[in-house]
Amino acid sequence: MGVMSVAIESDVCVIGGGLAGMTSALAAAETGASVRLLSHKKSTLRQASGLIDVLGYTPAGEIVAEPFEAMGSLPNHHLYQRVGSQAIHDGLALFDRVVGESYAGGHTSANALVPTYVGRIKPTARYPAMTAAGLASDRSPVLFVGFERLSAFDAPYVSASLSSDGMPAPTRGVTISAPGSHRPDTRLHRLVHALDANESVSTSTGEQPIRIALARRIESHLESAQRVGLPALLGLENAPNVRRDLEQFLGVDVFEVPMGPPSIPGQRLEHQFLDALDRAGVHRATGNPVVAFDADGDRIRRVFTDRNGSSVPYEATQFVLATGGLVGKGLDSDRTALTESVFDCHVPHPEDRTEWYGDNPHTDQPFARFGVSVDADLKPHDDSGSPEYDNLRAAGAILGGTDVTMELSASGNSLTSGVRAGRLAGERSN
Amino acid sequence: MSDTEDTPSFDPVTVFESTEQDLRSGSDDCYKCSTCDSVCPVASVDSSFPGPKFQGPEQWRLTRKEDTEIDDSIMGCSNCMRCDGACPSSVPLSQMHNTARGAYVENQRFVRSALAALRSGELRRGASIVRDGVSDLRERIRNRLLANYYTAGRFASKLPRVANAFTNFGPTRWLLERVLGITSERSFPSFATQTFREWWTERGGAQLENPDKRVAYFHGCYANYNTPAVGKAMVRVFESFGYEVLVPQQRCSGTPMFANGRLDDAKRHAETNVESLAEAIADGADVIASCTSCSMALRQEYPELFDLDGIDSVGENTYEALEYLRLNEDLEAALAETAGDAEEFAYHAPCHARNQGLDRQAVELFSDVDGVTIEDVGDSCSGISGTYGWKAEKYDYSMAIGDTMFAEMEAAAGEQGMTECPTCAMQMSHGTGYSITHPLELLADILIEEQSASSNG
Repeated sequence: MGVMSVAIESDVCVIGGGLAGMTSALAAAETGASVRLLSHKKSTLRQASGLIDVLGYTPAGEIVAEPFEAMGSLPNHHLYQRVGSQAIHDGLALFDRVVGESYAGGHTSANALVPTYVGRIKPTARYPAMTAAGLASDRSPVLFVGFERLSAFDAPYVSASLSSDGMPAPTRGVTISAPGSHRPDTRLHRLVHALDANESVSTSTGEQPIRIALARRIESHLESAQRVGLPALLGLENAPNVRRDLEQFLGVDVFEVPMGPPSIPGQRLEHQFLDALDRAGVHRATGNPVVAFDADGDRIRRVFTDRNGSSVPYEATQFVLATGGLVGKGLDSDRTALTESVFDCHVPHPEDRTEWYGDNPHTDQPFARFGVSVDADLKPHDDSGSPEYDNLRAAGAILGGTDVTMELSASGNSLTSGVRAGRLAGERSN
Repeated sequence: MSDTEDTPSFDPVTVFESTEQDLRSGSDDCYKCSTCDSVCPVASVDSSFPGPKFQGPEQWRLTRKEDTEIDDSIMGCSNCMRCDGACPSSVPLSQMHNTARGAYVENQRFVRSALAALRSGELRRGASIVRDGVSDLRERIRNRLLANYYTAGRFASKLPRVANAFTNFGPTRWLLERVLGITSERSFPSFATQTFREWWTERGGAQLENPDKRVAYFHGCYANYNTPAVGKAMVRVFESFGYEVLVPQQRCSGTPMFANGRLDDAKRHAETNVESLAEAIADGADVIASCTSCSMALRQEYPELFDLDGIDSVGENTYEALEYLRLNEDLEAALAETAGDAEEFAYHAPCHARNQGLDRQAVELFSDVDGVTIEDVGDSCSGISGTYGWKAEKYDYSMAIGDTMFAEMEAAAGEQGMTECPTCAMQMSHGTGYSITHPLELLADILIEEQSASSNG
């Protein structure tokens, strides 16, 4: 037994549930194709800040004010050069449709400058509305508020660091104790849930809704501040209401500073994308990795997911590979070689492992550019320059050639390649 | 590293001895992103629970030191296993939790160590061991009772009517809560007057033989003692597709035992299950379960926790019933020709179905059936997690976790629920008053009625 007679079929099969994979699936569904999205784990958006960067720095390290004007400075092999600026606009347009009013930045082609939890200013193309009042270009005075024993956000440090990074507004940072008693291990999540539900907490003046209790603790530190920045934990479902309640009580603007994993803005974004996928009729299967495939010459016929030895086949006419890079495990490396983990697509890299790394951690790192090399149709190429498979495209961090971390272009890379790969896959599947 | 040019090659060395069930590499894989904590339903309501990252990799490292014992909070984990599905680094969190919980419960045995202390003349230490042990005793007995639902079900099913009257009799429930800490807020599930196996024997077993299409049904405790309708639906559906159904000898899958740290009990039951299921597999059958926690145990927890002959083969050849049909029959085509009776369902995916990649299949399958409306109520946990919600001290947490699901069910169009998991079904019904259907029951209704109608016409 164990021989499967029937595979689960769709026109397009997308492998990988991160931003690139979800974008590909939506773009393919918009062409009318039936789409299945296979994801090993919960979406990696939980690891993402929720900021959507298109291009923050040129390869030479200069900060970018107008990403579309800076495209000319990119090398010819860069994804943006390959696919053209229309594809980038298409990616952002799809994103804007998914997030609606909950994001800002679409009114201009220029980058916004968003303060981060490590006290740097980040040039970004789209940012959550929850973060909008915090832009570094605004000159009104800011009070950053952190919480005791929430070490990931050190408000005095963030304040000092932003000032030295050139933020023109006067800033201060204070650390207060969070209302409610939550043990440190899961404090962040408990605070998020408590604020979402506006749970009642005990304070020195009796029981109070936690939003009011929090606002009271901030109030005494307010002084001349016209804006208050808090770590991004102001609720999940009801975040706009949490912000509104704090603003009404304090009489000043309140904003969130995006945080590292597990990111609450990333989690909100994940929910919005999952809703959009449901509305688009995309079928999802999450929980098992794709480990094998069947090909007929230059066409992939089906892929197999695995659960401790039992496998499930998924058949499609077009496939999109969006499994991520080294961190996302789309690339696998050991002491001798670097491989693409599903289809074993060619991944250009130096044979000598010592050449994978630069001498200084903060300088150019060859491994950061590892990934599959693709043509303008986003088909991965073999070492002779011809497509690995006729019906396989790649999107997101699996694409090589660009250090998206240094450039601050990871989200733009995922949206752009996701829209293009998904749309082409959808059109070719009909 | 500038000196690498002088040393162009080196040979990797193995630093640590490791075995298949060694948790070191899993612990090393954790990069402390805390995504697991963000999906833990217990941590979201129970402030005293430190979350899966602590319970798993951190506690594993801490307890490498001999004088560090496993923290009491391990018993707060409900074993929903959602952390497994969230970890971007494939840390075997639930395996770590199961292992730690097993060791913790093993340490609760106090008589032997107390006697040893007394024998060596350490009277004070012996007395303190006894004192600690006795204070845990009530919880241990209660957990042991809940974990061994198989045994309770076996006795209750001898006299189901008496058992039903007795278990939901007010004073009994008061006593169970006061003495053992089993909540009196819930109604005990009623025991069927005829178990699935009794029905199976009465009908003379399999109605058809087919060496090419053979499945071994793992019904588990609940479909046997409480909801034989689910098991009968499974048999009717599979026989309608021409399968020979085997019902091998079996005991509890171990799910409630893992959740209560009773790994010895679970292993004893696993030995029976693995032996008889492996034999069925050797006879050409695949194993089918209708309960997603049973299939989870056979597929994942067995190979992670036990080393038994044939255990990997059982894991590799076990499927959830709908999943199996979908992979072996053209179920979509069969359903496309049918129509349901204008029914609307609020579907909840059990946590254990999620980790097998099955959380969307019922919704996908039934969405295309004329007349059937099925709505996924979202990714919340029901909160009962088997025995967790039956513990008096956990009941409020269990209901607080379930609140999201209850609200989503109320918001859905359907006035009845659907799920694969028997205890999720209990919680859904407890929180909303809805009646709850298993996907196999609906599938049997749609497919078999259609077939008998067409063969009559």
